[in-house]
Amino acid sequence: MGEFVVTLLTGLSSAAALFLVASGLSIIFGVTRIVNFAHGSFYMLGAYIGVSAVHAVGGGAIGFWIAILIAAAAVGLIGVAMEVLLLRRIYRAPELFQLIATFGVILVIQDITLWIWGSEDLVGPRAPGFTGAVTILGQRLPEYDLVLIAVSPLVLAGLWLLFNRTRWGTLVRAATLDRQMVSALGVNQRWLFTGVLFLGSALAGLGGAIQLPKGGADLLMDFNIIAAAFVVVVVGGMGSIGGAFLAAMLIGLLQTFGIQIFPNSTLILMFLVMAVVLIFRPWGLLGQPEIPGHGVVEAPEAPLRPADRGLRIVGAAVLAVLLLLPVAHLIVPSLVGDFSLVLVIEIMIFVLFAAALHFIMGPGGMVSFGHAAFFGGGAYAAALLVKFAEAPMEIAFWAAPAGAALLAILFGWFCVRLTGVYFAMLTLAFAQIAWSIVFQWGEVTGGDDGILGTWPSDWASSRIAYYYMTVGFVVAGLLALRRILFAPFGYTLRAGRDSPLRAAAIGIDLKRHQWVAFTISGAFAGLAGALFVYSKGSVFPTAMEIARSFDALLMVLLGGVHSLTGPIVGATALTWLNDLFSELSYWRFLLGATIIGLVLLLPNGLVGLGETGFGRRLGAAPDREVPA
Amino acid sequence: MTASAPRPVLEARDLHTYYGGAHILVDLSFVLNDGEVVVLLGRNGAGKTTTMKSVMGLVRMRAGTVHLEGADITGREPHVIARAGMGYVPEDRRIFGDLTVMENLEVGRQPERPDAPVWTPERLFGMFPNLAEMRTRQAGRMSGGEQQMLTVARTLMGNPRVLLLDEPSEGLAPVIVDQMAATIQALKAEGLSILLSEQNLHFATAVSDRAYIVEKGRIRYEGTMDALADDAEVRNTYLTV
Ligand SMILES: Nc1ncnc2c1ncn2[C@@H]1O[C@H](COP(=O)(O)OP(=O)(O)OP(=O)(O)O)[C@@H](O)[C@H]1O
Ligand SMILES: [Mg+2]
Repeated sequence: MGEFVVTLLTGLSSAAALFLVASGLSIIFGVTRIVNFAHGSFYMLGAYIGVSAVHAVGGGAIGFWIAILIAAAAVGLIGVAMEVLLLRRIYRAPELFQLIATFGVILVIQDITLWIWGSEDLVGPRAPGFTGAVTILGQRLPEYDLVLIAVSPLVLAGLWLLFNRTRWGTLVRAATLDRQMVSALGVNQRWLFTGVLFLGSALAGLGGAIQLPKGGADLLMDFNIIAAAFVVVVVGGMGSIGGAFLAAMLIGLLQTFGIQIFPNSTLILMFLVMAVVLIFRPWGLLGQPEIPGHGVVEAPEAPLRPADRGLRIVGAAVLAVLLLLPVAHLIVPSLVGDFSLVLVIEIMIFVLFAAALHFIMGPGGMVSFGHAAFFGGGAYAAALLVKFAEAPMEIAFWAAPAGAALLAILFGWFCVRLTGVYFAMLTLAFAQIAWSIVFQWGEVTGGDDGILGTWPSDWASSRIAYYYMTVGFVVAGLLALRRILFAPFGYTLRAGRDSPLRAAAIGIDLKRHQWVAFTISGAFAGLAGALFVYSKGSVFPTAMEIARSFDALLMVLLGGVHSLTGPIVGATALTWLNDLFSELSYWRFLLGATIIGLVLLLPNGLVGLGETGFGRRLGAAPDREVPA
Repeated sequence: MTASAPRPVLEARDLHTYYGGAHILVDLSFVLNDGEVVVLLGRNGAGKTTTMKSVMGLVRMRAGTVHLEGADITGREPHVIARAGMGYVPEDRRIFGDLTVMENLEVGRQPERPDAPVWTPERLFGMFPNLAEMRTRQAGRMSGGEQQMLTVARTLMGNPRVLLLDEPSEGLAPVIVDQMAATIQALKAEGLSILLSEQNLHFATAVSDRAYIVEKGRIRYEGTMDALADDAEVRNTYLTV
C-alpha cells in the first residue's frame, strides 16, 4: 500500500515538467498555428539558465525560487526574440516553412548551449528546505517531489484565471478560434503573438528549471522531452491545457508504475495508452477536431506535371555523371577521391529517403515528423537478420523494405485517422517509441552500441560496386515512386489531398489510400535504410532519432514540397552542407544559421529562388488571402 | 438624403483583386457618403464579399486605393483599419463559438471615438434583447439568428464610424430579417454610414438609399433605390428576382 502511494506520488511529480512543456507548446500552437519544434530547446535552456541563475543569485531559501523564475522569464524572452526576429517575418510564408525556421533554432541553441555551458552534464542545485525525504506509510519520498506535485495544479489554475478572467486571455482564446476575425475587430495580433510566445516559452523554461533538483541539465534534454510533450499534446488534445494536464499526469503515472511492472518497456505502455485514446477519441481527451480554415490559407497547388523534355535532359545528364563518376575516380583519383564516392552514396541514400517522405507529404498531403522510424526500421530489419540469422545481403535487402512496410502498416493504421498537425505529431511520437525500443532493448538491438558487421556480399563489397548498386536502387526507387504518382492511385491520392470531402462524396476511401501510400513510403524509406546500413557496416539508434526525421523533413521542405524534383535537390543540398560543415566545430550552429538565413532571405523557399530557372515549374507564388 | 452636400466617408477607387491567377475585382469603385446606407447588389460569386474584404485589408489588393474619412488606408492591416473606424460584419458570422456572449463582445471592444456613437454591452442588449438573456451562453450554442445579432453587436463594440455588413439577411427567418432591417435603420439614425451587401432586393430596398450592382467583379449600375425600382431591365439582367 505504502509503495503504491509513493509510486503514485512519484508519478505525479514526474509529470510536472512534462505538463509545463506540453501546455506551453499547446498555447503557442493554438494562436500562432506554429508547431514550435524548438520548444524542447527552451526546456533545456530553462535548466541551464536555472543552474547559472542559482549560482548568480545564491541558492538560499528565497534565492533558489527567484533563480527559477529568472530562468523562466529569460527563456520567455528568448521565445519573444525568436518571434520578433524570426517568426514575425515569415507568418505569411507557408506554415511548413515556419517549422523549418524553428528547426534551425534547435540547432543554433544546441551549439550555443554547448559553447556556454560545455559538454558535461550539470548537476542540478538542491532546493533549500526540500532536501530531505518524508515518510509516507513507511515509504520514503523526496520532499521536493511534493513541491513538484503542487506545481502542476497551481500552474493550471493560474493559466485558467489568465485565460478566463483577463481581456488578454479572452483575446488569446478568440485568436485561437479565428485570428483573422480578431484582427478585423481591431486587435493587433502582433502583441498577442509576442505575449503568447513569452508565456509558452516561459512555461517550457520553468519546466526545465523546476526539475533541476531531480534531473540536472544535459544536452539531450531538448529531444528527450519533445517527443513526450508531443504525446501529451496529442493525448490531451491540441490546444487544451486541461487536456495537457490530464495527459501529463496519465503519462507520468504510466511511466513510474510501468517501470515497476515492465522495467524495459515503459515507452510501449505510453504507446498503448496513446493508441487506445486515439481509437476512441481521435482528437485527444479534451481536444476538438482540427478546423481547417479561417485565417490559414495555403497556396493552391500547381498540378504535378510529368517530366518535360528539359527535365528529362537534366535527369539524363545527372545520371550520366553519376555513372561516370567511378570511371573518373579510377582515372584521376587525385581529383575524384574515395570520399567523393562515399559522399555521393550518402547523398543518393538520402535522396531516396527524402523522396519517400515527399511521396506522402507532397502528393499525399500528410506531413510526417517521424519518418526516420522507417529509415531506421529498414536498417534494423536488415541488421537484425544479419545478426541473428546470418542472412546474406541479398535477403536482408528484401527484408528491410518489408520490415519498414510492416511498421508503416502498424503506425499508419493509427496515423491516417488524424489529419494535419495531429497526424504529424503522432508520427513523431511513434518514431520516438520505435527509437526507444531500439535504444532500450539492448539484448536484441545492442542498444546504444548498435549492431556491427553488416557488410555487403563479396560481389558488392568494393566501393565502386556498392556505388553502382546504390545508384541502381535509388534511381529505380525514384522511378517507381514517380510511376505510382502518375498511376490512378496517385491521382486519387492528390484528389483526396485537395478536396477530402469531394473525394469521399464520389466514393473514394481516402483513409485506405492514405494508409497504402504511407506503407509504400515506409517501404522505400526502409530500402534507403538498408542501403545505409550496408554502406556503413553498422547501425546505431541514431538511424531512427528525431534529428534524422527532421533532416528528411528539411530536405523535402527546402527542396520544395510541390515538385518531384524538390526532395532530390533538397537532399543533395542538405547532405552536402552537412558534410561540408561536419568537419567544423559548432557545425550545428552553422547549419542552423544557414537554415534560418535561407528562411529569412527566401520566404518562399528554394521555390522562390528557382523562380528564375529550376523552380519555375513549381508555379509562381499566387496572391493569397492575408493570413492576418 | 441629407440637405447638405454629400460628404464621402468611404471611397474605393479602381480596386483590382486576384485570388491566385483569377482576376476577381476589376476596376471596381464606389463611394459611401456620410449617413448613407448603400447596398452592393449582385448574384452569388459576383464579388461582394471580396470587395468588403479588400476594403477591410483582409485580402490583398493588387491595385486601387481606399480612403476612410479622407485618410488613405490602402494596404493597411485589418486592425489598423478597424481602429480607424471601420466595422466589419462578415457574411459567415464568424462568432467565437467557444466564448460566451459577453466574451465575444469583449473581443470587439475598442476605445470610444468622438465622431462615432459609443456602445456598451448594456446599450447593445437594449437593441438586441434576446442577447441580454444569454450573456453567459456559449456563442456556438446559439441559433443562427442569435449569432447574426451577436456578430453585429460585437462589431459595434468597436464604436465604428462606418459599418461593412456582408449579407446580414442571409439564411435568416423572415421575422429575424425584419428585425435586422430595423436594426440597420436604427444604426443609420445613430449616424453610422453603412455599406451593405445583399442578394435580397426586397430587404435592400427597405433599408438602402443607393445601390451599386456588381457582376463579375465590375460595377454595372449605380443609382438610387427609387431609380432601380423603376428600371426593370437592369434588375432582370443582373439580379435574380
Ligand atoms: N479564397 C478564395 N479563393 C479563390 N477564389 C475565391 C475565394 N473566395 C472567393 N473566390 C471567388 O471569387 C469570386 C467572388 O466571390 P465573392 O465571395 O466575393 O462573391 P459574393 O458576391 O460575395 O458571393 P455570395 O453572394 O455567394 O456571397 C467567386 O467567383 C468566388 O468563387
Ligand atoms: Mg459573399
